Amino acid sequence: MSRSAAMLIMGVFTLYFLTPIWWLLTTSTKTGGEITSTAPLWFTADSLGTFFGNLGRLFTYGDGLFGRWLLNSALYAGVGALIGTIIAAMCGYALAKYEFRGREAIFNIVLSGVLVPATALALPLFLIFSRVELTNTMWAVFLPSLVSPFGVYLARIYAAASVPGELLEAARLDGSGEIRTFFTVSTRLMAPALVTIFLFQFVAIWNNFFLPLIMLRDQALFPVTLGLYAWNSQISQIPELRSLVIVGALVSILPLIIAFLALQRFWSSGLGAGGVK
Amino acid sequence: MRAHYGKVTAAFAMISALALSGCSAGGDSSEAQAGAEAAPCEASDGPVELNFTTWVPGMDKVVELWNADNPDIQVTVQTGPNGNSGTYQNFFNQIQAGNAPDLGQIEYDALPNFRVQDGLENIAGCEGVADAQDQFVDWTWGQVTFGEEDSVYAIPQDSGPMAMYYRADLFEQAGIEVPTTWEEYAAAAEKIKAQGSYITNFPKSDVNWFAGMVWQNGGQWFANDGESWDVNLTSPESEEVATYWQDLLSKDLVSTLPSFSDEWNASFNEGQQWTWVSAVWGATTLSSGAPDTAGKWAVAPMPQWEDGEEAAGNWGGSSTAVLKGSEHPAEAAKFALWLNTDPEALALANELGGLYPAAKSATDLEAFAGGVDYYGGQKIYDIFADASANVNPDFTWGPTMTQTYTDVSDGFGAAIGGSGTLTDALENGQQKTIDSLKSQSIPVSE
Repeated sequence: MSRSAAMLIMGVFTLYFLTPIWWLLTTSTKTGGEITSTAPLWFTADSLGTFFGNLGRLFTYGDGLFGRWLLNSALYAGVGALIGTIIAAMCGYALAKYEFRGREAIFNIVLSGVLVPATALALPLFLIFSRVELTNTMWAVFLPSLVSPFGVYLARIYAAASVPGELLEAARLDGSGEIRTFFTVSTRLMAPALVTIFLFQFVAIWNNFFLPLIMLRDQALFPVTLGLYAWNSQISQIPELRSLVIVGALVSILPLIIAFLALQRFWSSGLGAGGVK
Repeated sequence: MRAHYGKVTAAFAMISALALSGCSAGGDSSEAQAGAEAAPCEASDGPVELNFTTWVPGMDKVVELWNADNPDIQVTVQTGPNGNSGTYQNFFNQIQAGNAPDLGQIEYDALPNFRVQDGLENIAGCEGVADAQDQFVDWTWGQVTFGEEDSVYAIPQDSGPMAMYYRADLFEQAGIEVPTTWEEYAAAAEKIKAQGSYITNFPKSDVNWFAGMVWQNGGQWFANDGESWDVNLTSPESEEVATYWQDLLSKDLVSTLPSFSDEWNASFNEGQQWTWVSAVWGATTLSSGAPDTAGKWAVAPMPQWEDGEEAAGNWGGSSTAVLKGSEHPAEAAKFALWLNTDPEALALANELGGLYPAAKSATDLEAFAGGVDYYGGQKIYDIFADASANVNPDFTWGPTMTQTYTDVSDGFGAAIGGSGTLTDALENGQQKTIDSLKSQSIPVSE
């Protein structure tokens, strides 16, 4: 395929993916009435003023619920992804670097976990959490988020390739314990994989909707996805929510963009630093 | 209140199908049919805490009133998306897990499903419940008793009597009479089309709107004699409504925009829609979706099938049910009665949540007494109060409405796309509903 044809196809797809985000941006600068009565993909005369007005109402509506939801999401996704990454890294590293009986069986079971969609697990999880009376608590959303079979898979592949056995031998000879070696030597070598796992987990938890929908009743515990969904389902009764849902959706993707931009650096520099000389 | 059926609902349906086949295979449904006896309903000793799940905005403020006056019965409000968007499925999951809230908001068309799956407490024996019948609009009481003896499964909350919103200014300018019968409505549709606009929009996914039309025409989609269900989507009344709208669709006299979408709002805002036959709650949908047309709308009773009749349909409305497993049905029933009859509570629920109460005393509320500016100062709630009194009291919803809605809506979509007719859609929905009931071991009479 010629270069220009490839560019054309990429251009079309870029447009296709960016148009909804552009719409989100322009529409969040409109009042409820303007959404239907003005050009959908362009701004109005008083866009900036309306945007800040919408933003102000977004964070004050219902005693500042939206801010609370953002914090909840940040907590679920931030802490969840961090701990999830550590667990996945340790597990993947152990599978890659230690010989023990049943290693391949464990790995295959973890791998098959990648195939089971999170949605299918939500209901059994609900019944289990009901039994231990943890539904409608933060734990109900937080605990299941810690598990990432894909992260384990990635950590194993990457540890096998990037952490040389000789290095571990050397560390052992120097008297370093296994745990210390893992945290001081191996995690550095695995950094690019860890950043990737963290990002994947962060995005997955941030966007997770079905689990909170099933688990949570108290809207003070909602993550931002479920909160916006609940508002959206009430638009017919409270039409003013229409513009809030749109501005809220825009605000809710900002943390993801920030996370990507901030971690992208480590990602690319880490990829180069992982090699063995 | 109406339902939105999206991908999420579809995902839910799949999950719930899995869950049901796994957990409730066995004779749950037939047990539910048999066990109609009122459970003993005694007041609990000492202070009681109740959970109430609702998605009506502002309900927490209403409940604050109650909590302030009832230190011994404290109610906590929980919330979520509206019923069909997830909360009903959550109720079923919770009932299964044994940790359902004491009270839940349930729309009338979903109540039979909860009844059949044995998800409701019979509160007929609780203090004050049986005597409350006279306080509610007749048809709403029928919805919460299912016509069973000594049975009350919920307290009516709000209703959606239907009337016709119309552009008074446009009808006047064009010199077209405001239609009072469906025949005149069809004739007006042609004249309006000649002016380059539509008389209304046919909502393919709001099958409960269509059911409201059938309801007005004296039709019934379901009947239950206590033993088995009769499915009647293809009754003559139902087919008459289908043929009527099919005719308008075939002649391109009505638009087919997705309801409540931005384009739909825009078409009202730009004067491309001259009427909307809708429920009382539609008043705010219209005023917020079509702000540029303020003052130009008016409300008249629904067009009639026979000249001189006064029948009205109903679209939406919900109840406050006591869910299975509640340890304090007496207190829950007491709260539910207060919530849906106390003048202060009703006024606040209307102000914050836009509910049009099912209590007859609604007409005394100040919120419904005055004229509404958006409707040219007309006292529109008088029309809806009359409509409410003219709704056929004996309308029964089936136990698998979500599925019926989806099937009929698919057929409607096909009919709009040019393959098949609305009548075909009803026939198809009829068959699929019967199949679905059978597959859940719910007895069907044929």
